[in-house]
Amino acid sequence: MKIIVCIKQVPDTNEVKLDQETGVLIRDGVPSIINPDDLCGIEAALELKDKYGGHVTVITMGPPQADVALREALAMGCDAAHLISDRLFGGADTWATSKTLSGAIKKLGYDLIITGRQAIDGDTAQVGPQIAEHLGIPQVTYAQEIEKLENENAFVVLRQYEDRYQKIKIKAPALITALSTLNSPRYMSVGGIVAAYDELEVKTITYEDIKDFVEQKDIGLKGSPTRVKKSFTKTAKGKGELHEVPDDEAVEIIINKLKQHYVI
Amino acid sequence: MNFKLSKKHSLLQEVFRKFAAKEVEPVAAEVDEREEFPYETVKKLGRYGFMGVPFPKEYGGGGADNLAYAMCVEELSKVCATTGVIVSAHSSLCAAPIFESGTTYQKDKYLSKLAKGEWIGAFGLTEAGAGTDAAMQQTTAVLNGENYILNGTKIFITNADAAHVYIIIAMTDKSKGTRGCSAFIVEKDFPGFSVGKKEKKMGIRGSATCELILEDCVVPKENLLGKEGQGFKIAMKTLDGGRIGIAAQALGIAQGAIDITTVYVKERKQFGKRISQFQNTQFELADMQTTVDAARLLTYRAACFKDAGENYSSQAAMAKLFASEAASDITRRCLQLHGGYGYIREYAIERMMRDAKITEIYEGTSEVQKMVVAAAMKVN
Repeated sequence: MKIIVCIKQVPDTNEVKLDQETGVLIRDGVPSIINPDDLCGIEAALELKDKYGGHVTVITMGPPQADVALREALAMGCDAAHLISDRLFGGADTWATSKTLSGAIKKLGYDLIITGRQAIDGDTAQVGPQIAEHLGIPQVTYAQEIEKLENENAFVVLRQYEDRYQKIKIKAPALITALSTLNSPRYMSVGGIVAAYDELEVKTITYEDIKDFVEQKDIGLKGSPTRVKKSFTKTAKGKGELHEVPDDEAVEIIINKLKQHYVI
Repeated sequence: MNFKLSKKHSLLQEVFRKFAAKEVEPVAAEVDEREEFPYETVKKLGRYGFMGVPFPKEYGGGGADNLAYAMCVEELSKVCATTGVIVSAHSSLCAAPIFESGTTYQKDKYLSKLAKGEWIGAFGLTEAGAGTDAAMQQTTAVLNGENYILNGTKIFITNADAAHVYIIIAMTDKSKGTRGCSAFIVEKDFPGFSVGKKEKKMGIRGSATCELILEDCVVPKENLLGKEGQGFKIAMKTLDGGRIGIAAQALGIAQGAIDITTVYVKERKQFGKRISQFQNTQFELADMQTTVDAARLLTYRAACFKDAGENYSSQAAMAKLFASEAASDITRRCLQLHGGYGYIREYAIERMMRDAKITEIYEGTSEVQKMVVAAAMKVN
């Protein structure tokens, strides 16, 4: 079983600041981490490997500095890592990113692709599903549990909704997007870190390597249909009302408020 | 000279730090209060390779080096000195001598289990009448056919009742003095071996410190470590390495104390100001951090000397001497900055001050370190 995990290196904060003039994220001085949902994707892949055997490859598209994120994934126990990096890939939106990743994934070969649900810097949750569409394979998003079926190349995935679950059987090759509640990611091990730096290598994939799988018009800034009109920081809402009253009175206050606003 | 950590060492430091914050710190107060050996934590330490950091992967170790090992003990000790010493005694005092002086059979049988943390290790040198004067060993080992028969009592043994395997120093020929000492690998299940009373200690209360009792203890001949007569040499070499571990532990305690105190002084207000705004607080913390940085450089230097295969005995002694005295002094001064709250068990600084003291005593007192340094300086 060949599993590919797609990860993204993101700034380590939920409150990234924007440059007020350009609307671009200020990344200077903010340490980078593996996106939390993606970390659960790595863990899910490693758990499948621990249980059923297999080979886990981790990939990311990004600048040369994203090498660290891939080394961390190797240190957790992934078998191989590829950095998809080329000036031609720069300025990509989710569409161009997923096109590029799909190209690399096609070249690498796979039974299962795992991505995180969404990245904490962009919050789009689009890249995973788009990859599945580009590749023409089935997908299950928001996975809470993943199990492999014993005698067939298929998985049973528990998919989380806000108010219910779906249990879906999906045949490989397939794509699953992982929720952060899927598991608790393991730590890097000492031996893993030593392997990540002394024994394994992060291979770079450039456009030249995947040009048979993705057209140049679909990558980078040129391949990105998204145009950012404006970026802004949300302003804080007004202060709420605070009542310190017994339960009965509290219920009454809430009911009255809801009535006032025609909610009930 | 390059004072920047490599990317590999930075990542190792990061994982030690994360693990300490998430897995060790939350239980540190309880481990101290209940005087309980943290078995669950040690299991996790084993899983991630923290119990065998500097040993080769072929023996189940992490394949890293002594610098990484020192950083591991430092980061764990920042939040829990008990956990720090468990790793240090296990790695430096039991796994290391087997790695350095053991036969292939001994390494296959013992090091592979120790380095993975499947077994816990300990070291028995100290006796009631042989503390700093380690040459006054009374424990004897007599060859009888295929086995040595050991008799004697060891005291103050770290990890004692949690360990599966022990390095025991005993006299095979009393007439030869230190050259009559030999080292043995003893399993807890060997006939005639038992763990005696557990000590009630001032600090590092979660580490199981007990007596070891050897009553006609039967040790197979193949468990002699090195050759007959090399025991004292092995013990001294082992303690040289151990001092890097204890220096790192002391360094961790001191840095941990500064870290929590820095947070505290920014919260605590007196006379209408945060106490961090008083120059006395600022100068105290600046002074202490400078000392800790110096301790870190000494400790890392000793580890790097060992990694480079150079004689590091004096460097390790200096690191341990300086870092342990810094830990005692700094925890005391940090407690002072906490005022009355620092004297209350609810605040970690109270535990840190109790934990610090032992670093000036075990694996060679400060006075012994000065003897080692002076000897290296050829001052006599």
